[in-house]
Amino acid sequence: MSRKTLTRRQFVATTAMSSAALITAPYVRRAYAAGKLSIGFWDHWVPGANKASTDLVNEWAAKEKVEVSIDYITSNNKKIELTAAAEAQANSGHDILQMPSWWPQAYADQLEPLNDVMEPLIKQNGEVNGTVKYLGQSGGKWLAVPATPGSQIKGPCTRIDLMKKYANIDVQEMYPAGSPPKADNWTMETFLKAAEACQKGGFPFGIGLGETTDSVDTAGAIFQSFGAELVNAKGDITVKTDAVRQALEYYKKLISFLPPDAPSWDDASNNKWLISGKGALIMNPPSAWAVAKRDAPQVAEQCWTHGFPSGPKGRFAPYLPYFWGVWSFGKNKEAAKSLLTHLSQPSSIEKFVAVSGGYDLPAYANMTKLKTWAEEGPPKGTLYHYPDPHKQQTLSIAASPAPPKIAQQIYFQATLTKLALRHAQGEKMETALAWAEGECEGFMRS
Amino acid sequence: MADAVVEQGRLARAASPRKRASLHNKLGRKSTVAFFLTLPLILLIAALVLYPALYSVHLATLNKSMQKFVGFGNFTFLFKRETFWMVVKQSCLFAITAVIFKALIGFIVAHFVHNIPAKGQRKWRGMLLVPWVIPPAMSTLAWLWLFDPSYSAFNYTLSFFGIGPIPWLGDASWARFSVILVNVWYGAPFFMIMYLAALKSVPDQLYEAAAIDGANWWQRIWFITLPMMRNIIAITTLFSLIVTFANFDIVRILTSGGPLDSTHLFATWAFQVGIQSSDIPLGACVSLFMVPILAVAAIFILRDVSKRGNES
Repeated sequence: MSRKTLTRRQFVATTAMSSAALITAPYVRRAYAAGKLSIGFWDHWVPGANKASTDLVNEWAAKEKVEVSIDYITSNNKKIELTAAAEAQANSGHDILQMPSWWPQAYADQLEPLNDVMEPLIKQNGEVNGTVKYLGQSGGKWLAVPATPGSQIKGPCTRIDLMKKYANIDVQEMYPAGSPPKADNWTMETFLKAAEACQKGGFPFGIGLGETTDSVDTAGAIFQSFGAELVNAKGDITVKTDAVRQALEYYKKLISFLPPDAPSWDDASNNKWLISGKGALIMNPPSAWAVAKRDAPQVAEQCWTHGFPSGPKGRFAPYLPYFWGVWSFGKNKEAAKSLLTHLSQPSSIEKFVAVSGGYDLPAYANMTKLKTWAEEGPPKGTLYHYPDPHKQQTLSIAASPAPPKIAQQIYFQATLTKLALRHAQGEKMETALAWAEGECEGFMRS
Repeated sequence: MADAVVEQGRLARAASPRKRASLHNKLGRKSTVAFFLTLPLILLIAALVLYPALYSVHLATLNKSMQKFVGFGNFTFLFKRETFWMVVKQSCLFAITAVIFKALIGFIVAHFVHNIPAKGQRKWRGMLLVPWVIPPAMSTLAWLWLFDPSYSAFNYTLSFFGIGPIPWLGDASWARFSVILVNVWYGAPFFMIMYLAALKSVPDQLYEAAAIDGANWWQRIWFITLPMMRNIIAITTLFSLIVTFANFDIVRILTSGGPLDSTHLFATWAFQVGIQSSDIPLGACVSLFMVPILAVAAIFILRDVSKRGNES
């Protein structure tokens, strides 16, 4: 048995080498030198669309030497809202969490300010619209970065043939592919007449009157086009105004031409209405058309997505942006900011839009004329006007411009659709308005 | 002094075997064993029920931004809300109607199954339990498709008889009917199986004696079956009342509380107010309101059960 003895000199040399190795180790660029990043993304409706996010994140992670983990969280049954609420309560969770429209404002105090990300992005990609600022900014502080995946405009998706046959309106002529719209006559009055004609023809417009977002978004745009606000930007209740009365009268007429069970519709009902071939128009992003392309191609080739009708106070289109937020309790904020910058580059945005078949919508002014929207079909050009390339509409969200914390409650309690439905079902105008006023008073809690 | 120390040491040595024996006795006691056996469950309940319950009480006393203690402020605010009272009425209507129908259907079906010869009974019992063993979220989705505005199988069938289309979920009355119907469909098998077990425990001699006395069918039900089943009926009703009152999934999936809030229950409204509208304290407050209502029901029903237990 041999026995090696360690001399004092050898011992000192070994110790010195080990110490040097230990001290310099963190500075050696290993595979994941820049730490870990945990991400919660919205689980996309469009099959395969998540792959774009995964690829872009992996591409960035490889370059920046960050170890990433991604969870795709569905928005079905408010799972993504529940995740946000749980993480906010626990002060723990993902570093980056994708949030639906109202949530950056709801968790404003727990989100990392992202001005250093947003300001260069705006310079590079163009200005963002007023709704993105309304939902994503608080006191000059950017709470979150507008996400391309999931953001959408819920404008009309019209059956070309049925609209021509029953309402004598050529939507392709009104919104020609590749050219600015000629939609001066596309007003709320024209819309109402078309709704009546299509209903008489047996193909009613599929507009929901339920409590989910599609119903609320349409109601919001119609109310705004009459200048009707339940609560104004200062937070004053403005229910009992002529504008609200006018909007209610209009809605009452419109409801008489909608399917009788529209009050029970959820966000899937209008899609099914279009795909089943029962309706001449719905208010939706191109997801219904995309499903029709697969399940009912004869319906899909007759669909045309275009702008909202204009009212006395302008042309408003329901717009619902998603945001990427960085929790202030996150462990790797710098990496999170770097990733959000990468995901908002024009090349990344183009990839998101292409993979989602044109569903995803960037928030930036310079990014509304991508080739995907011009080329998608059938019919070719059906999505050209989806991102509002000629800036013909005001992209807005229901219940704005009320202060976001009040507006969020008006939105999720579906006060607008309930108010319209109450009046349409026979409740006197003033009684319905008094009810809405009471509801809004309740939303003033701080 | 030294003597005293020695004395104390002796005393201590003498006492320790006695202590060990008493600890041994304590550990050997049935109640102690029972306590340790139930300890995992107690800890589980404390972590998953007690803590969230106490936390929701704490949340209910905060303001909307959860930064200030407001005491009963949220409760008094709720009392002034029209929608809140509508939800209270609807929850009572939903729970009471559904429990009555579940009990009635369960009772009738239990009798039918009880009268099936033993050989084929197991098959029927299994089949009738199917609605209860399917996860309600899944079966409610199937119901949603049956009621669907575009593809309703019910309306399609009714159209052959010249009836409809019925707005199953679009009209307040029909929507209430639909959510109650689905709840009854889901919950009736639970009553059936409980009542069946109770029926099997009624001694045959009682029915034989009643037959000798010339009792008819109704008299046998009224004077033998029902009194013998009273405790089971009371307990089943209480359990079902609690579960039905706290129902969430059926209403959430079928109507989300609509149309015009006409199908909201405490749980669905609490979710809408608390999670969707970001008012967690008010949502906690709404859900806590179930506690006093259910506590009163539980006190009455359990008092009745224990009274009968003492009598017997």
